[in-house]
Amino acid sequence: MAEATLKIFRGTAERSEYQTFSVPTYQGMVVLDAVHDIQAGQAPDLAVRWNCKAGKCGSCGAEVNGNPRLLCMTRMDQYPAGQPIVVEPMRRFPLIRDLVCDVSWNYEVNKRIKPLAPKPREADGTYRMQQYDIDRVQEFHKCIECFLCQDVCHVMRDHGKYDFAGPRFMVRLAALAMHPLDTVDRLRDLRDAQGIGYCNITKCCTEVCPESISITDNAIIPLKERVAGEFYDPLAWIWRALRGKKADTRNPVH
Amino acid sequence: MSDTTTSYPARLDFLETQRQDNWWVAPLATGVGLFAFIVYATWGAFVGDHYQAGPYLSPFYSPLFLVDWWPLSPAFLILWVPGGFRFTCYYYRKAYYRAFVLSPPACSVGARPQRYNGERAILLFQNLHRYFLYPALALVVILWIDAIEAFFFSDGFGIGVGTIVLVINAYCLMSFTFGCNSLRHLVGGNVDCYSCVKFGQQRFKAWKVVTFFNKNHMRWAWISLFWVGFTDLYIRLVSMGVITDLRII
Ligand code: SF4
Ligand code: SF4
Ligand code: FES
Ligand code: FES
Repeated sequence: MAEATLKIFRGTAERSEYQTFSVPTYQGMVVLDAVHDIQAGQAPDLAVRWNCKAGKCGSCGAEVNGNPRLLCMTRMDQYPAGQPIVVEPMRRFPLIRDLVCDVSWNYEVNKRIKPLAPKPREADGTYRMQQYDIDRVQEFHKCIECFLCQDVCHVMRDHGKYDFAGPRFMVRLAALAMHPLDTVDRLRDLRDAQGIGYCNITKCCTEVCPESISITDNAIIPLKERVAGEFYDPLAWIWRALRGKKADTRNPVH
Repeated sequence: MSDTTTSYPARLDFLETQRQDNWWVAPLATGVGLFAFIVYATWGAFVGDHYQAGPYLSPFYSPLFLVDWWPLSPAFLILWVPGGFRFTCYYYRKAYYRAFVLSPPACSVGARPQRYNGERAILLFQNLHRYFLYPALALVVILWIDAIEAFFFSDGFGIGVGTIVLVINAYCLMSFTFGCNSLRHLVGGNVDCYSCVKFGQQRFKAWKVVTFFNKNHMRWAWISLFWVGFTDLYIRLVSMGVITDLRII
C-alpha cells in the first residue's frame, strides 16, 4: 500500500516543532483523513478543528504546502508522491495549539459592521424584490466563514494592518451594499473603519476561496468604485448636487 | 521524528514561503511582458516616423494630431490616454503590484518589507481610472474607424493583411475596454435595486454585458497589449519596406 509523509506543525506559539508522520494512503483520501489517521494511531493529542468534512462548516482551514486550504477538501493525490506534505495552522491568527488557531478577531470585526436595515414594508405588509435585483448578491451568501481569505491577505498577514476588515467582510459589506431593501450608507465606514483602501486588489483572497466567490472582482472592486464615486470623483459630486442627492454624506477628498 | 523550532514564525520573511510550486514564474513572466511592452511602446512613440502605410495608421498614433506647436512625436499627444487607462486599470494594478512592487510577489509568499498603505495614501490617484475610461471609450470608436479605413486603398476597396491586423486590433481593444470595472460600475454596478430605478432592467442588462467581458479582463488585457504592439510593428515594417503587405482582395 502506498504511503504518504506529512510534516505537521505541532506546539504553541512559544514552543513548537514540525513532526513527520507516515500514513497509508487510499483512493479519495483528503489531508484531513491523513490527520485523523495520525490522531488515531500515532499522535492522539494532535489538535485539529473540523466539523462537517464536507467543505461546508469552514472549520478546518489550515495551510498545506504553504497554501491556505480546507483540510477536508484537499485531496492527497494532488501532491507529488515521495515528498512530505507540510501542514501548518493559518499564520494570520493567534495560535492556540498545533493546527488550531483563534479566529475570534473576525467576530469582533463583524460586530462593527452596521447590520441590514430594510426599508418599510409595502402597504400589504410584504417586501417585493425581483430576481434580477438579487442576482449579484447571491454569490456572497455562499461564504462559509472559513477565513482562508483573511489568512492569505497580505495586508494583515505581511504588513500587520489589522485596521483592515479583510476580504471576508468586504464580501459581507458588498452583500449589504447591493441589497435591494437596505437603507444604510456604509461608504464612510468602508473607507475609514473597514479600511478598504488597504486592499491593493492583488486577488489572493479570490485564489484561495473554497466557495469560488470572486471576492476581488465582484465584491471589493465594486465597493472601491462606490467609495471612489462618493469621495474621490468631483464629477460625481457635481452630478449628485445637480440632482439634489445625498448631500449629507458627501465628503471632500482627504 | 521532529526538527525543533523554538517559536512559531507567524510572519514570513521577504520571499519566504512553504509553497513548493513554481510560484515565481507568474510574477516574473508578468514583469518581463510588461517591461518589454513599455520599452517597445516608448521607442515606437519616440521615433515619430513610419506610423502610416497605405490606408493603415498605427494605433500608437491614432487619432493623428499633426500640429506645429508640438515639438515631440505626435504619439505623445494621444498615448497618455491608453497609457493612463492601462496604468490605473484594476487588472494591471494587480499585475505590477505583484511583479514590480512585490506586495505580495505571490500568494502566501512573504511580501517586500515596506511602510504599507495600500491604495490609501499616494496611490489614491488610482481612483482617477474612471477619468481615463471616458477618452478610452472614444478611442474604441476611433480605432474601429481606423479599421474601416484600412479597407480603402488608393485603388479602391480591398483587404490586405494589414486590414485584418487592424480589425483584430480594434476588436481586442474594444473587448478590453468593455470589461473595465469602472464601466461596470457606471452602467449598472452602482444601482442597489434595479426594479426601483428608471431603466433598471436595461441597466441590469448593460451590467451583464460588461460583466461578460469583465470575467476575462485579464486575458483581454494581455491579448490587446500584445496585439496593439504587433499592429504598430507590422505597419512600421511595411512602411519601412522591410516587408510587403499582402493584398488578399
Ligand atoms: S485582493 Fe485585497 S483583500 Fe484580497 S487578498 Fe489581495 S489585498 Fe487582500
Ligand atoms: S469569502 Fe471564501 S475564503 Fe473568505 S471566508 Fe468566505 S468562503 Fe472562506
Ligand atoms: S470540516 Fe467542515 S469545512 Fe472542512
Ligand atoms: S479596470 Fe481594467 S480597464 Fe478599467
